[in-house]
Amino acid sequence: MSHVPTDYTENILDHNQHPRNWGTLTNPTIATEENNPLCGDKIHYDLKFKGEKLVEIGFSGKGCAISKGAGSILSEWAVGKTKKELEKLDTKDIYEMIGIELSPARAKCGMLGFAVLKKALTLIKIEKSTS
Amino acid sequence: MSHVTSHKFLRHDFPIFNRRINGHPLTYLDSASTSQKPKSVIDAIVNFYEHTNANIHRGIYPLSQEATQQYEETREAVRKFINARSTEEIIFTKNTSEGINLIAYTWGQKNIKKGDIVLVSALEHHSNLVPWQMLCKKTGAELQVIPLNDDFGLDLDAAEKLLTEKVKLLAITHASNITGAITSIEKLTKKAREVGAKILLDGAQSAPHMKIDVQKFDCDFFAFSSHKMLGPTGVGVLYGKKELLESMPPFLFGGDMIKEVHQYEASWNDLPWKFEAGTPNIADVIVFKKALEYLENIGMEKVLEHDQMLLAYAKQKLAELPEIETYSPKNPKECTGVLSFNVKGIHPHDTADIVSQEGVCMRSGHHCCEPLMKTLNLDATARMSFYVYNDKPDIDRAVEALKKVKKVFI
Repeated sequence: MSHVPTDYTENILDHNQHPRNWGTLTNPTIATEENNPLCGDKIHYDLKFKGEKLVEIGFSGKGCAISKGAGSILSEWAVGKTKKELEKLDTKDIYEMIGIELSPARAKCGMLGFAVLKKALTLIKIEKSTS
Repeated sequence: MSHVTSHKFLRHDFPIFNRRINGHPLTYLDSASTSQKPKSVIDAIVNFYEHTNANIHRGIYPLSQEATQQYEETREAVRKFINARSTEEIIFTKNTSEGINLIAYTWGQKNIKKGDIVLVSALEHHSNLVPWQMLCKKTGAELQVIPLNDDFGLDLDAAEKLLTEKVKLLAITHASNITGAITSIEKLTKKAREVGAKILLDGAQSAPHMKIDVQKFDCDFFAFSSHKMLGPTGVGVLYGKKELLESMPPFLFGGDMIKEVHQYEASWNDLPWKFEAGTPNIADVIVFKKALEYLENIGMEKVLEHDQMLLAYAKQKLAELPEIETYSPKNPKECTGVLSFNVKGIHPHDTADIVSQEGVCMRSGHHCCEPLMKTLNLDATARMSFYVYNDKPDIDRAVEALKKVKKVFI
């Protein structure tokens, strides 16, 4: 059966074309990035926390519509959340946020932003425990 | 039958084309990654396990002797296919990467010293780059790179200048998996000989598409993979000149590669078994012979002609779409059947995903060539690649599917 690719919803395409929080921050609490070695996609988040609360994100990088779109959607959701709320996120939440089911080949693209966020939260914890 | 040159018939030899994807015929344009297999190859795997399965070089009983004989028959078939002098020069590996690593670990560690130069090219696949990066780091040798010309091939004048007496190894791709450019090796090998450098050709993309003659090429090492040329995965070939192979220490140690083992020392088996430790991939090596027979029945000149015809046709069709940019030498006669391109403004991952819904299989990404991507100032490309079972309607279907890519993003 022929069908239009379901990965490319209007929402994803909109975020891909007009990514939210696009840019870098001058004094981020933490800056992290991850890449997808298969396709060369790279997502970078600058995160600024005030106390426990994430107050600002700078989102940059390069990638396909899925990784960029999902990275933008996640950044939009994350601003205003506490570290605890962010730590609770799992892949199911990401799928809900982006509103599509991704084929296994594209799942890595869709989860790239999430991987960056998780890495950032881990690094913050490590820094806290060693400082 | 494989000698039938009409591709309509030839396609029938490949059972996978009975498949449909989302109701569409399978348009397989990713043979540079791995090729499909003819029925003769698939049947031979079953036949071996049903009738001949036994370990080789060990058993006295007939089954083992038959398996050994068939395994060694493939070695002879490979020797003939690449026109090596002797079967002693044909080593079975698991793939091209393993063959190149074998050279880096054995010949390389023995012969490359601080101050030497290993010369590669800007077109290298990671498998003919990273082993040399590692060797140079370990030995203190220097890695130098032959640059590109402005037509997606190698700058041969620059290469000649780089070939100084410090160069101990010239390790270059024989055909690029991204631009498709076939390396004109004649001048290079001549100059390399003059300065005393050894020559390794990465034949992963050339052996499936063109006549290979290691004696004519005058290379010291030539590595390629079965799975890109109609054969099974898990089988590679490393050709090496006998006198070099003899002077090299073994790569892996264990069963089959020994002559005599005492409690505290051992001596090595003769060539080529010195380099084949442990039970090899018996069934797949044996079956690889069927793939070589299939290609030889067509004729390698015809294979190349066919792939180049499809490349020229694809370039012509893509040129009609202004949104597409291709990265391919001007003359298709200097290429194998590989065409990298991008739909402007759209990530190739998205391109490949969208066309895949129409049954079109093409690769997207950096194709294991990150440094080349940087040189070309690209993040990634989409790529279609052609082989014996492809025909013009495959390209027509791909082009129709590509027209839809832009629509999704408008």
